[in-house]
Amino acid sequence: MDTMRERFSAVTSALLDEDPRLAVVLADISADSFGPARRRHPDRVINVGIREQLLISVTGGLALAGLRPIAHTFASFLVERPWEQIKLDLNHQGAGAVLVSAGASYDNSGSGRTHQSPGDVALLGTLPGWTVHVPGHPDEAERQIRAAAAADGLVYVRLSTQANSVPLESEPGRLTVLRTGRQGTVLVTGPLADAAIDATLGLDVTVLYAATIRPLDAATLRETLDAPAVVLVEPYLAGTSVPAVTGALRDIPHRVLGLGIGRPELRRYGTPAEHEAAHGLDARSLRAAISGFLAA
Amino acid sequence: MTSTTSRAPATFADLPTLMSLMTGDDKHDQAATSTLDVLWVLYDRVLRVSPDTADEDTRDRFLLSKGHGPMAYYAVLAAKGFLDNDELPGFGSFSSILGFHPDHMLVPGAEISSGSLGHGLPLAVGMALGLRARGLAGPRVFVLLGDAELDEGSNHEAIAFARAAKLDSLTAVVVDNASATYGWPGGVEARFAVEGWSVRRVPGRDHDALEAALTVAHPGRPHMVAAVVEAKW
Repeated sequence: MDTMRERFSAVTSALLDEDPRLAVVLADISADSFGPARRRHPDRVINVGIREQLLISVTGGLALAGLRPIAHTFASFLVERPWEQIKLDLNHQGAGAVLVSAGASYDNSGSGRTHQSPGDVALLGTLPGWTVHVPGHPDEAERQIRAAAAADGLVYVRLSTQANSVPLESEPGRLTVLRTGRQGTVLVTGPLADAAIDATLGLDVTVLYAATIRPLDAATLRETLDAPAVVLVEPYLAGTSVPAVTGALRDIPHRVLGLGIGRPELRRYGTPAEHEAAHGLDARSLRAAISGFLAA
Repeated sequence: MTSTTSRAPATFADLPTLMSLMTGDDKHDQAATSTLDVLWVLYDRVLRVSPDTADEDTRDRFLLSKGHGPMAYYAVLAAKGFLDNDELPGFGSFSSILGFHPDHMLVPGAEISSGSLGHGLPLAVGMALGLRARGLAGPRVFVLLGDAELDEGSNHEAIAFARAAKLDSLTAVVVDNASATYGWPGGVEARFAVEGWSVRRVPGRDHDALEAALTVAHPGRPHMVAAVVEAKW
């Protein structure tokens, strides 16, 4: 299977041939894989070098000039480093844009904290208007990127080297019902679905899958809700979507547990699997956390 | 960005009166007036944009990056018919479209919203790239900064890249009132010249000199004008 990032560059390179409105802005990361597209479209594949403030500002300027820009680099340098540029040069200018990140929370586990971005989705949650996709499979990423390229608004696509074995999303933007049960709901986002499916084997719970977490599909969450206890399993900062869930269930007394990346710095290297386990996101740890919460 | 009115042409001499509608007196702080002459020359002699063409793809773009002290900007926009004079007295009030920093979603004729320093030039680079990508060779992009604003590192990302991208539709005007805390040895223009920009240094109150500097040919590279006015301190 190709990675989401490989799919992104292949699909976007093809879209550049079809859509004269589309532009790609890079900051050296992935510049090689966009090389052929850049030779075909030198004015619409722009590499600003290692300048991430400029990456976002140029993206805003392109949008103000009438293009549909896609900016891309590692999540830590796409969302966190140029944060004010996102707030002001995209949102505040009324500019539409697509941000496509790589690296996620611990894809670059050996690189340490500098290359890890567990807070990206929470940060974007402080701004209005963002659609946030967290694909769990390259096929889902491709569909989201194609839709984002053809749209006008603000879209974040969080790519990862972590992926589920098969695509799970049945309808774009909606929660997919993987399993139904009576004791509570497990809502899992993106690449953690395989682990969550393993973790809930034999448990009497509803399992919902989100490849798009903003806006949250409140309707499906409510329609499938039996016991009002919800466990969120998210591959970024723990609790990021708790406010979205409590908002969706504001008129129903409910309990929520937000599982995800812990707030303390691990200061560890190693593999993504080791980080997943360290944050309690492997199937065994998830099962213990989910069972304990539902039994409480 | 839609035009609102048309009226008899205003002149540079009308600007103090327009500014006093905002401030309530004839005294204006340095931040507001340091840009007054440059803004007037741009809108009166250089920019190919009017209230009637403010939404056309082919218009020249002017980006006020130094959004602090925008009374001169609003006065020029009013003088040129982008803004209705009736908007001016409400300056800064809750229901006004005219804030202490401009919001282009509210102000007719404004291309960007500014206030936080160091955003206009990088946005202008993106805008110039976008116009080029769309095959629009005619429109030019002008951006006004202050010398203290150059402290922001984001500008230096843009200065280096704009030369590499050969953005010859881009002109940056830096109004230099010597307000940068640590100054710029060799002048503000040195930071642009070292990157290969075309640069000019002119008196910032001399309209003919400003016009000449702002309209000089600069094929294959971006252009920068240092408009020197009286020192702030």
